[in-house]
Amino acid sequence: MQEVGLTANDIHGIDDLTKLPFTIKYDLRDNYPFGLFTVPMSEIVRLHASSGTTGKPTVVGYTRKDIQMWAEVVSRSLCMAGVHRNDIVQIAYGYGLFTGGLGIHYGTENLGASVIPISGGNTHKQVQLMEDFGSSVLCCTPSYALNIAEVMKEMKVDIKNLKLRIGIFGAEPWSESMRKEIETKLGIKAMDIYGLSEVIGPGVSCECEHQCGMHINEDHFLPEIIDPETLQPVAPGEIGELVFTTITKEGIPLIRYRTRDLTRLIYDKCTCGRTLVRMEKCKGRSDDMLIIRGVNVFPSQVETVLLNMSEVEPHYLIQVDREGTLDMMSVMVEVQEQFFSDEIKKLEELRLKIARNLEQVLGIAVNVKLVEPKTIARTAGKATRVIDNRKI
Amino acid sequence: MLIKQLSIFLENKSGRLNEVSQILGNSGINMSAFSVADTSEFGILRLIVSDPELACKVLRDNQFSVNLTDVVCLNCPNEPGALAKALQILSDNKISIEYLYAYSMGDSANVVLKPDRLEECIKVLQEHKMELVKASELYKI
Repeated sequence: MQEVGLTANDIHGIDDLTKLPFTIKYDLRDNYPFGLFTVPMSEIVRLHASSGTTGKPTVVGYTRKDIQMWAEVVSRSLCMAGVHRNDIVQIAYGYGLFTGGLGIHYGTENLGASVIPISGGNTHKQVQLMEDFGSSVLCCTPSYALNIAEVMKEMKVDIKNLKLRIGIFGAEPWSESMRKEIETKLGIKAMDIYGLSEVIGPGVSCECEHQCGMHINEDHFLPEIIDPETLQPVAPGEIGELVFTTITKEGIPLIRYRTRDLTRLIYDKCTCGRTLVRMEKCKGRSDDMLIIRGVNVFPSQVETVLLNMSEVEPHYLIQVDREGTLDMMSVMVEVQEQFFSDEIKKLEELRLKIARNLEQVLGIAVNVKLVEPKTIARTAGKATRVIDNRKI
Repeated sequence: MLIKQLSIFLENKSGRLNEVSQILGNSGINMSAFSVADTSEFGILRLIVSDPELACKVLRDNQFSVNLTDVVCLNCPNEPGALAKALQILSDNKISIEYLYAYSMGDSANVVLKPDRLEECIKVLQEHKMELVKASELYKI
């Protein structure tokens, strides 16, 4: 604040928000792990982490009140999406450091519905529990929902015999056509939920039953849309980068946090009667982050891993494909001549070592392909590091 | 007795092998023997050529990843059981073979071998009066 010459006396009203400086992901990285917390550690009752831009994750902390507020905004989200206390909710988001699983869990319990904390994976079991427990709500990434639909077909399960009614999907971008596909294949209403761990986790915004934009819980998270180049606020209703200021958070409050998500705000009162501002489905990102099977991946993470390995050049190419319903990431790496071995098994070992190192940092399994030297383009300007073949 | 063999990393793309043979041909380099070890993703081309140092240079100039590996070449009679005899000697002396490739010409055959212990291998074969081909002779074939 001193750098920009601001004191508390300069802030008189909501319009003065634009005087304040932005917070970006590097600020959390530079203060890893707990440097941006504003309460002593004894008050922090939960820690969560998500992908960082290099080797270290982005860490957030919650006080008891933060956890209660988080549960409340998620309950609100579930409720506006049509979930009620008599529902049986199957939570197939990952439980752990990722905010998805536990975030939806606490919100569902707070609402009074029955939680099945199954987490992700073991798709056959997911389907079996849907049949046996009569799950009425499914929470997972949209691509996993399509995967579950595929496995149901293999298991010859008829959706008419299931009690599934609603899906709460998020953590990755998905299109209207994907929504139609999920709704048809699972026989449910597919609702979009949005969030990011830096702001709280899932529950920052959610669709109501009319599926016409996600209502932002702006009494807790103040939204702005800025031009990512000029950093100035855009005119109402224009597309730009979404920025959040947390108003009630205690553990790690953030001022004007740049989400890098591109969208627009809709201010009209919604048919549902809510006046909370709505945001459209995200149109893309203003940075190079990828979302693979719901996990955030930064090309710079790949670069960090390769730079730490003397056997390879730090020239790489990432290719993302969607084979059927699941995303697959391949990394092309050039073999450095001094380490090029005459033996196939040594090259195979190297390939697997790179894959293991990448998996440890990225949190997802990747395919590594060794390529000939100088085949990856070197450019004077910004190198093309990613080829995304997915048509979402 | 040490033969300098070229090892070239090749991606599993059409035309790579062709390009290597064009480059060597254009530089006046002759290939005496070769073998390709492959996986689904890539292959290693192993070559015995008339001028290994020059071949290395021209291939590197053309952006290939190349290395020189020391191997040994055994010459044995072109008749049943000849190779088995040699391999038995190596086995009895606990010498493992990483890979080998061979060709026959008339009365005898040349077997290019990469053992796990090169000096040991040469010593053992010589002790058993096995004929090892000199580098200069092999490069001329």
